[in-house]
Amino acid sequence: MIQVVCIKQVADSETRVKIGADGKSLDPSGVTWILNPYDEFAVEQALRVKEKLGAGEVIAVSLGGAGVQATLRNVLAMGADRAIHLKTNSPADPLQAARALAAAIRDLGAQIVWFGRQAIDDDAAQVGPMTAELLELPCVTSIASFELEGTTATVERDIEGGREVVEVTLPAALTTDKGLNEPRYASLKGIMAAKKKPIDERPLELGEAGLEVVSLALPAARSAGRIVGQGTAAVPELLRVLREEARVL
Amino acid sequence: MSILVFVEQRGGRIRSVSNEALGEASRLKGALGGEVVAILPCASDPGAGSLGAAGADKVRLAAHPGLGSYDPAGYTRAVVAAAVELEPALILFPASSLGKDLAPRVAARLGVGLASDCTALAVEGGRLVATRPVYAGKAIQKVAFPKTPAIASLRPKVFAPVSNAGAAGAVAIAAVSDPAPNRMRLLRTAAASGSKVDLTESEVIVSGGRGLKGPENFKLIEELAGALGATVGASRAVVDAGWRPHSEQVGQTGKTVSPKLYVAVGISGAIQHLAGMSSSRCIVAINKDPDAPIFKVADYGLVGDLFEVVPALTEAVKKLNAQHA
Repeated sequence: MIQVVCIKQVADSETRVKIGADGKSLDPSGVTWILNPYDEFAVEQALRVKEKLGAGEVIAVSLGGAGVQATLRNVLAMGADRAIHLKTNSPADPLQAARALAAAIRDLGAQIVWFGRQAIDDDAAQVGPMTAELLELPCVTSIASFELEGTTATVERDIEGGREVVEVTLPAALTTDKGLNEPRYASLKGIMAAKKKPIDERPLELGEAGLEVVSLALPAARSAGRIVGQGTAAVPELLRVLREEARVL
Repeated sequence: MSILVFVEQRGGRIRSVSNEALGEASRLKGALGGEVVAILPCASDPGAGSLGAAGADKVRLAAHPGLGSYDPAGYTRAVVAAAVELEPALILFPASSLGKDLAPRVAARLGVGLASDCTALAVEGGRLVATRPVYAGKAIQKVAFPKTPAIASLRPKVFAPVSNAGAAGAVAIAAVSDPAPNRMRLLRTAAASGSKVDLTESEVIVSGGRGLKGPENFKLIEELAGALGATVGASRAVVDAGWRPHSEQVGQTGKTVSPKLYVAVGISGAIQHLAGMSSSRCIVAINKDPDAPIFKVADYGLVGDLFEVVPALTEAVKKLNAQHA
């Protein structure tokens, strides 16, 4: 079975955001780049499927500048077989990314196309379902469990106040939520093997944009409030300020 | 030009996030012109007449036995059909779990951009600009839409609903074709074991962190949450430790929340956590370490041992509730 995992390189969640000189993007200086945490669950699940079936190919696909190859190499070290790098130095919005990914994936014959639920940089949560729609694949988003029986996958996803159980026939696209699995670390052997695995580099011309970024700014700083007191003795004062000052009780 | 608003129903009941989207649509109507049209996929009318008071000028019922529960393909077709016919300037969705799943599909079908999880919409210099938190709230992005329709999903609990806006005009029944053989089926929906209200839609949240020392001590958090009518949240540390389910995690790689009141108990305030809750209206921190970063964003801090303070606070809130009962 051929599986494709679409991944994104993002700024580490420890990053203190600084705004770039253009006033529209993140200042990349000093940023540590990592595999998007939600994509780790996608990579892990694809590898587990391949291991369970005892055969198949896992292809990692990503778009971005030259730096993206370090993250693709990391996914190869986890166990993916090969990678496709859609190379562009322009930032892609979700529609542009989805169109580029759909075009690259269309002829790969994938039975499952995996995505993280969302990237922790733009928090859009769009590329998975958009790409699936463009490929006319059924898509279940934010899955928290996964069982495969033949060509039928049974998955669960959290919704407000409940959990849906959905059955989907392959080929399909799935986006992964935290809790699906415990992603592995690359082993030393995996890291060595990854050096020999191919990364197919393809220049990418982005299509027309769906969104125009007007600005990126820091949120208004929240000023520190005050300490109402120490220990249980301060409980009545806390309740009083919540009722009378903040009026939230 | 109209504004098309996707209205979400579950089990035949219209969800309140839909009224928030209708409220924003009726406020934008002045600047964008046109009328507010609600599109409501359902099995049978769940009470579309009430949408007039919430801001809809017209309602299109896409009623079909197959649309009672969420069917991504059928819902996408229904919204896209309405968009193609009405050519709206703007389509709004609630950024609920359903809306977040559906909106990108509609945007992809229409070949236009989508601004997800917006916290403000405004017409600036003659064009629509959407404001949306990124990096879990560490930065705020503004985006414009090069093509029409613009599509935006709206963060729950941010946009105020309107009431008594008027009566909805015609409730039109949209023709819905029978679905194509579906390769995806909802087998069942299980109720969550914990709270019925999602964190993102909660007015009050009580979150616990590593300071609780063990999963069994979360009953202190649950009791305080019960007294306050709040939803239970958790820090990443305790979710990663397996004490609480991921659905309760607040912050980057969890949920971004903006409740009226956020109570952080035994949470030191890692940058990822602060990003996800700093837009709460009022923040209370209870922590024994007076230098914990959480106090830098809290409106009110209480320094003390949570194992003493939280039960005392729970009792005090219960007394208060009894007085007002």
